[in-house]
Parts: sequence; C-alpha cells; structure tokens
Amino acid sequence: MASKLVIIGNGMAPGRMLEHLFELAPNSHDVTIFNAEPRVNYNRLMLSPVLSGEKTYEDIITHGDDWYAQNSVTLHKGKKIAKIDRAAKTVTAEDGTEAAYDKLVIATGSSPFIIPIPGKDLPGVVTYRDLDDVEKMLAAAKHGGSAVVIGGGLLGLEAAAGLHARGMDVTILHLMPTLMERQLDPAAAHLLQQAIEKRGMKVMLKANTHAIVGDGKVEGVRLDDGTLLPASLVVMVVGIRPASALAKDAGIEVNRGILANDQLITSDPDVFALGECVEHRTGIYGLVAPLYEMARTIAEVLAGQVAAYTGSVMSTKLKVTGIDLYSGGDFAEAQDREEIVLRDASRGVYKRLVIKDNKIIGIVMYGDTSDGPWFFDKLKKGEDISEQREMLIFGQAYAGGTPLDPTAAVAALPPDAEICGCNGICKSKITDAIAAKKLTSIDEVRAHTKASASCGSCTGLVEKLLVISLGDGYKPNAILPMCPCTDLGHGEVRRLIVAEGFKNIQELMQQLEWKTSCGCAKCRPALNYYMVSNWPGEYVDDNQSRFINERVHANIQKDGTFSVVPRMWGGMTSAKELRAIADVADKFAIPAVKVTGGQRIDLLGVKKEDLPAVWSDLNAAGMVSGAAYAKGLRTVKTCVGTDWCRFGTQDSTGLGIKLEKFMWGSWTPAKLKMAVSGCPRNCAEATCKDIGVICVDSGYDIHFAGAAGLDIKGTQVLTHVDTEEEALEMIVALTQLYREQGYYLERIYKWAARVGIDSVRQNIVDDATKRKAYFDKFAFSQKFAQIDPWRLRASGHEAHEFMPMRAFPKRIAAE
Amino acid sequence: MNPDWIDIGLVRDVPFRGSRIVSTGNGDIAIFKAFDGKVFALWDKCPHKGGPLSQGIVNGHSVTCPLHNWVVALDTGDVKGPDKGCARKVELMIDDGRIYMAAATLKRDAA
Ligand code: SRM
Ligand SMILES: Cc1cc2nc3c(=O)[nH]c(=O)nc-3n(C[C@H](O)[C@H](O)[C@H](O)COP(=O)(O)OP(=O)(O)OC[C@H]3O[C@@H](n4cnc5c(N)ncnc54)[C@H](O)[C@@H]3O)c2cc1C
Ligand code: SF4
Ligand code: FES
Repeated sequence: MASKLVIIGNGMAPGRMLEHLFELAPNSHDVTIFNAEPRVNYNRLMLSPVLSGEKTYEDIITHGDDWYAQNSVTLHKGKKIAKIDRAAKTVTAEDGTEAAYDKLVIATGSSPFIIPIPGKDLPGVVTYRDLDDVEKMLAAAKHGGSAVVIGGGLLGLEAAAGLHARGMDVTILHLMPTLMERQLDPAAAHLLQQAIEKRGMKVMLKANTHAIVGDGKVEGVRLDDGTLLPASLVVMVVGIRPASALAKDAGIEVNRGILANDQLITSDPDVFALGECVEHRTGIYGLVAPLYEMARTIAEVLAGQVAAYTGSVMSTKLKVTGIDLYSGGDFAEAQDREEIVLRDASRGVYKRLVIKDNKIIGIVMYGDTSDGPWFFDKLKKGEDISEQREMLIFGQAYAGGTPLDPTAAVAALPPDAEICGCNGICKSKITDAIAAKKLTSIDEVRAHTKASASCGSCTGLVEKLLVISLGDGYKPNAILPMCPCTDLGHGEVRRLIVAEGFKNIQELMQQLEWKTSCGCAKCRPALNYYMVSNWPGEYVDDNQSRFINERVHANIQKDGTFSVVPRMWGGMTSAKELRAIADVADKFAIPAVKVTGGQRIDLLGVKKEDLPAVWSDLNAAGMVSGAAYAKGLRTVKTCVGTDWCRFGTQDSTGLGIKLEKFMWGSWTPAKLKMAVSGCPRNCAEATCKDIGVICVDSGYDIHFAGAAGLDIKGTQVLTHVDTEEEALEMIVALTQLYREQGYYLERIYKWAARVGIDSVRQNIVDDATKRKAYFDKFAFSQKFAQIDPWRLRASGHEAHEFMPMRAFPKRIAAE
Repeated sequence: MNPDWIDIGLVRDVPFRGSRIVSTGNGDIAIFKAFDGKVFALWDKCPHKGGPLSQGIVNGHSVTCPLHNWVVALDTGDVKGPDKGCARKVELMIDDGRIYMAAATLKRDAA
C-alpha cells in the first residue's frame, strides 16, 4: 500500500521534490498538498516579469491542474494548515480539513519581514512575496503617482524596476551604504546604482525609515532625518524570515529556521523540512538552487536511497531587463585572499574574481556576465586555477590556448587595432609616429599622437608599443604607481580627476580601471584628499578613508587615550584661555599638560568618551581645534615682533595670527607648518618651515620648502613683498598651488623639488592674475573647511564615535 | 530572550567600516561592522601592545591596529601576515536587528 505523504506549502521546493519522487519511485506515495495560496504551483522567481508586464501569470505556472490529476495528487488550494498533531500524525487546516500522514514535509517557505514602525499596517503598504502582492502593486500602479520601495536588495530592485516600468515615480530607500550588499561588492554596487538612476529611479542610501504616514491610507514615508517622501504605495522588502511557527507549535526543534539534518529530517523522524523554512548546519537559504538540492535529497530518501545534502554555495543574477549583474560565492575582502579585477571603462564592464589558495571562492560581474556560470562551475568544483591564472579573467573564450605574454599579445595586434579609444588612435599610427619622429617616451607619444592623453587607461598599451618599437632603447620614465591597485602615478591621477571631472571614488576606480575592487589603505586616503581639495562644497568627505586621528580630530596615544591641542593663534594666549585649559585638566583629570614645540599647549591622556565634553568646554572659552592631527594647516609660529622686541621690523605676531585665522581648517597634501619672524635673527625658526616669513625693514621675505623633521632643509626664498596684504595673498596662493599639485603625503619641500622652484615662481610670483585666481580658489574652499570639527562633535555630530554602546559596571561583571 | 545572551544594542548603531565599544569592568569589547553589514566582536586589546583595535581602520573583514598597524582578522581574532598573536573573540548573536553578547563574556576578563 502506498504510504501517505502530506506536504504543507506548495512552493517551488516541494514542486521540484515531487517531480524527482515520481521519477524515482512512481506510485510509492499517496500525496496530499495543502497550500495557503489559492492556486497551483507557479514560478515565484518570475513574479518580477509579471509585475513589469513582460509576462503573465499563465506564463509562469509550473504545474497546472492537469498535472495534479495525472499524478493523483490531492491539492487543497487556499487551505492553510493551523496545527500539526504529531501523536495522531495528522494535520488540520484553518477550515477544519484534516489529513493523516505517514511522512510529513513542512515546506512553508518564509514570511517577509515587516519593520515595526508606525504606519506599517496602513492600506497601501505591501510586501513582495506572492501573486497577491503583485496584484496589489499593479492596482496601485494604475493610478500612477509615487512609490517608495524600502530595501535595496535583489527583490527591492526588481519591485522598483517593475513599478517604474508601470509608470510610477520610484524611490528606493536602502539602509546600507551600497545596494545589494549581500551579493555585490561596493564597486559593482556603484555601477548598478548609476544604471538605476539613469533610468529615472531615485536611490537613497543609509536611509533609516522612521514612520509611514497617512490618514487612512499611505501618503508618505518619513526618514529618521525628518525628510518626508510623498508616496501612494510603499513596498517593504527588507528581508525574509523562515516560516517556522507552525513547526515550533508542534514541538519540533526550531532555531531561526526549522532544524534539519543532512537528510532534511527534523527532530521528529517522520517529519521533513524543505525549502526556505529550513535551517541546515546553521545555514538558511533564500534562493532556489540550494532548495532544489534539498528537494532532490528528500525525494531520494523517500524513495529509499542513501542521500545527503551538505550545504550549498549560491549565485545570483538580477532580473532587471537591461542590467547585467552576476554574483556568487564569498567576495568579501580579507588578508588571505587575492583578487583579479578587470575593468573595461569603455564597455562599462567590471569583473572580479576572489581567489584563495589558488581557487575561485567569489565572483562579481557587471556589464558582461556571460562567463558567470563558467566561473561558478570552477568555484563549485574547487578547481585549482594556478595554470590559467594569467588569462582567467578574460573568460572561457581565452581559456585553453597558450597564454600570451602581454607584450606579445600587443605585438600580435593588427595595425588597425584601436589603442586609444578616447582619441580614436590605432596601433600603426602610434608605431609610425615612434619611428618617424624618433619618440622615446610616453609623454612624447602623447604630444605627437594624443594617444593616452585623455583618460590614460591605455597608457600600458602605449608603453608596450614603445617596448616593441625600441626594444632596449626604451627607458620608461620611472612613473611610480600610486599603489598596487593601479599603474597610474599620483600626478596622472590628479590630472585626470580634473580633466575628467571625477567626483566620486568608485567612479574614478571604474573609469581608470583600478585593479582592485575598492582600493587600499594607500590610495583611499589619497583619493579622498584629491577629491576634497578639487571639489570643495561638492564632494562629501569619506570619513572611513581617513586614519583614526583625522577621523576623531585628536591624536591617539600609545595607551589608547587621546591628546587635545587647541589653537593658540600665532602662539598668543590669554589668562582666559589658560584658565579654561586648567579647568578642563582638573575637571577631566587629564594627567599631562605640555607646552609643544609648536607654541601651544597639549593636553595628553584624555579618555575618548570625554573628548566631546572637553572640546565643548574649550569651545566655550573661544578655542577651536589646533588640527595637530591633520594633513592640513598645523601651526603658525611667531615671535613677539614690533609689539615688544627691540629689533622687530614688522608686526610678525599680527601677520602670523592673520595667516592662521585665514587658513585654519584647510586640508593639504601633507602637514603644513608656517612661521613669521620679526627680523633675520629668526626667533620663530621660519627658515625651516614649509612656509616662512622673515620680516625686514623694507617688507617681507617669503620663504618656503623648509623642514626640520625626518629631513632638515633650510628654506628657499620665493620672493619679497612690500605689504602685509601682498604677503597674505602670496602665501595663500602658494598654498593653493601646492594643494592642487602636491601628491598625498608629499611635504612642500618635496613638491618644490619635483616641480621646480621656477615653475612655482611663474605661477605665483610672476603672474598677478594667476596668483589672484589661486588665492580666490583657496578662499572659496575655506567656506566649507572652516567649520570647527570639535564644535560639530561637541554638539552631537557622530556621537556614536565617542560613546560606548553599553557599559557594564564592574560589580555585574564580577558576578 | 534567553538569559545566556545579553542585549547590547542595535546593529544600525554601529557605523559601517567602523566600530563601537561595550565597556565592562574588565576592559572594553570592540563591536565591529564591516562594509557588508557583518558584525564581529573582539576584546579591545591588540595582541601586540594592547592597542585599542576599535580605533583602527576596518578593511574587509579585518582591522588594522591604530598603533603599529598589525592586522587582525575580525572573525577569529588571529593576527594576519608575518606577525603572530590572537585577540580574544567574543561570541555574538544577531536577531531582529539587535546584537546580543554571550552572557558568559562578562564572567571572564580580557586577560
Ligand atoms: C606635540 C609635539 C611635540 C611636543 O611636545 O612639542 C609633536 C608631537 C608629535 N609629532 Fe611632531 N610634534 C610637535 C612638533 C613637531 C615639530 C616642531 C615644529 O612644528 O616646529 C617638528 C619638526 C618640524 C617639521 O615638521 O618639519 C615635528 C616633526 C614631526 C614629524 C616629522 C615630519 C616630517 O615630514 O619630517 C612627525 C612624523 C610624521 O608626521 O609622519 C611628527 C609626528 C608627531 C606625532 C603626531 C606622532 C604621532 O603620530 O603620534 C606626535 C603627536 C603627539 C600628540 O598627540 O600630540 N612630528 N613635530 C609638537 C606639536 C606641535 C603643535 O603644537 O602642533
Ligand atoms: C519576487 C521574487 C523573486 C525571486 N527571484 C529569485 C531569483 O531570481 N533567484 C532565486 O534563486 N530565487 C528567487 N526568489 C526566491 C525564491 O522564489 C524562493 O527561494 C523559493 O520560492 C522558496 O521556495 P519554497 O518552496 O521554500 O517556498 P515558497 O515558494 O515561498 O512556498 C511556500 C508556500 O507555502 C505556503 N504556506 C506557508 N505556510 C503555510 C501553511 N501553514 N499551510 C499551507 N501553506 C502554507 C505559502 O503560501 C507558499 O505558497 C525570488 C522570490 C521572490 C518573491
Ligand atoms: S625675531 Fe628678533 S627681532 Fe624679531 S622679535 Fe624675535 S628677537 Fe625680536
Ligand atoms: S599595539 Fe596594535 S599594532 Fe602595536
């Protein structure tokens, strides 16, 4: 007699299980299915094409009514099981329908997670799980208007694209800093975001939903920061949870999902769990591929075979027409992993393989995903790729052949192959020019042919053409790449940021074909500085690309405490300031107070959580951050000058204070220290500073390019000016030139040696118009830079940096 | 909630590529959140000279100590690269957007 098999849930997993079972052991079971949805089994994955109008419900049916009839399966449509009685071995639906089982399969899938915020129950708030949800969305879309999709994961984006295709105005809110963070690395997520925005949808990242508002129906969504987004439809797609309550009520062991072993058997030997409701070896799956593997295992076990499911790795493709995206495996960065990245800026392609122990463990692809399954197959098989490594990223088409060395590959290109896409320059044009004009360097090729003079991403190819044409005669002018993430040097990158108008680090990395997905600790702070200095007011500083001192605006000490150095303009202080410092030292039990070498006072050993309060007290006495931690303006030392000194020729203290007040807050490639001395006796040590002024009877000698740290360098004289105003303009213009040309971490003396003092003079001294222009640019950027970072934080900005999440007193801890 | 786990706050209160601390009478615990939203916890003491790991730059699933740049794996606490050592790991459980710490943690110290 056939054994009685009852299935709760008629989703994709049990459908597949039955197909296998009927093939392996026909007529072995007498099957009854209960389905809460009032319909047959359909392909849930294809709901998005139904939503967008590319398919109809009929197109996506997996098993029609006749399939159930043919296989003698009893399907109870629209009957939700309310209770499992394991002792009696029966299940009961909400309407009282009962069925007895020998073996039971729980395949209840998962339930969409609903954020517990006010307004979540308003009509017009929908989730995205089944056909009923699609119908609700389609009804709302008929009237047009605005929709807000909460959740920028796979489903959220599909819902958004569908609603957009139906003519709605769509905004996607996502809590995380990048879209689809589970499937994509930040680089691919950025390309995806650009594509979505290009189609006319809006994306808001790091957006915390505060409430859904409306009177009797949805009218809008309010964010934590107070922003109100009007909407007549809100789709909440923030994740799913295994639907395990039914099993739990029946006393079956449940953790996050229904616990099942390698045969998918639960704590009750007669009960299987299948699909998204399962927790297997701590894993919970939300994609069909692993569920299909589970389905096969159960079918085999039911058919009396030996079978085991051991877990899966997953891959995903986004089903939004026109956007090509593929990801699989584990692609987080980590020290023990390497990555191979291919970026083709002109075709909008990004491919990344994550390699560990010579095996592919993660794949992310954007723009061209044709090789995705090929890579994924290698990943699943754990294939050793060391042999194919060189050519691997180019995909299947290049596999197997003898790997060409890159120079030979370029040599083999036909004469009319395009080398420089930006300027449309082919190979023969470059090789001809090299021969005819006897060119020997990249710069000369650029000058004569324009090749690689625009985006620069073909520089490597051009260089290889020089090698091929000149052989040993080619001496590459030692361009030191910024870091291993790129072949481009700092200078090239700085030039391209301006030429191409890059205002975003991810965009720059894609267009300049960075070799890593997200840069490294060397290039990230540098790029962040370049953007900050080139696009004041437009670029948003990336705090996480800064080292701790600049991130928290204090210097970390060896015991994890911090030091606090307030500005003392030009080294001048007052009883009021000193009193405030003394009070702060007492109030916060600060262990050390020291006079620094920069004419100000350092409070050392401040606890991190005290920083905002310390700053607040110092602010109250009129003091701001001395930026003793910054690649930016540090100190302006002065001497007492004409105010007091019998030798003083000018008001050196006054000029120092003016300079410091005008220039504080500015970011520079490396630290910037200045000094003004009232006469050539030079008590302020101005001739070993980045910029120094020596006052003389006839006016001001402006010095620069000194240092007294790792290297000791006396300054050089830039020029002489007659008045204080001219001195200020000259110094500010010089600083701006350095801000624009300096490489990250390059002090002024190194920059000056690189560009040559004549070039600095030409720009700043000889040409009054240029000088004025540099001055104006600096002044403009100060509008955004002169905001005291201490005041911001004392008033609550980034409060999380300074407060523990939770503090346990010692007493409890000792229990 | 199970008494074996102590609620220490919301996942969303920890910044991406950043960290927060939980202070205990026996030393601080650093709670990290990587770029992908994964949360980890280690006692806030670098195996090198005790530097506060919570103050380092978080890159991928590791943190670089702010004092001398040792790199520590967030999931195990192991020091990576040529240096050797291990920061002590703290067991966490994430549920419904909240972070829970194993109660047993408070009975030990950072040692
Ligand atoms: C506090 C102070 C020493 C003091 O007690 O006097 C000091 C303290 C530090 N200096 Fe300095 N320097 C201090 C004046 C100087 C001076 C003298 C000066 O500015 O007139 C110099 C030589 C002048 C020069 O820079 O050319 C100086 C050359 C350095 C260098 C070498 C820089 C170089 O490019 O050669 C470093 C290392 C670095 O920046 O990478 C450094 C780095 C440091 C750091 C930031 C080390 C660190 O990374 O932790 C120290 C921070 C301690 C703290 O938390 O406050 N400090 N340091 C002085 C603070 C001045 C201020 O008020 O802001
Ligand atoms: C819009 C959308 C797009 C997707 N796209 C993809 C994709 O591209 N790739 C991919 O791999 N995956 C995708 N998924 C996920 C995939 O659909 C699921 O992983 C898969 O459907 C899960 O199968 P299941 O059988 O476990 O559960 P489900 O298919 O969810 O089936 C569970 C069924 O059980 C019923 N049920 C629940 N409780 C009871 C009860 N007490 N009594 C009776 N019946 C009950 C439910 O009504 C439901 O019909 C997508 C999902 C959605 C919603
Ligand atoms: S530099 Fe010389 S003249 Fe000027 S104040 Fe100092 S000691 Fe006096
Ligand atoms: S204390 Fe962490 S690296 Fe030295």
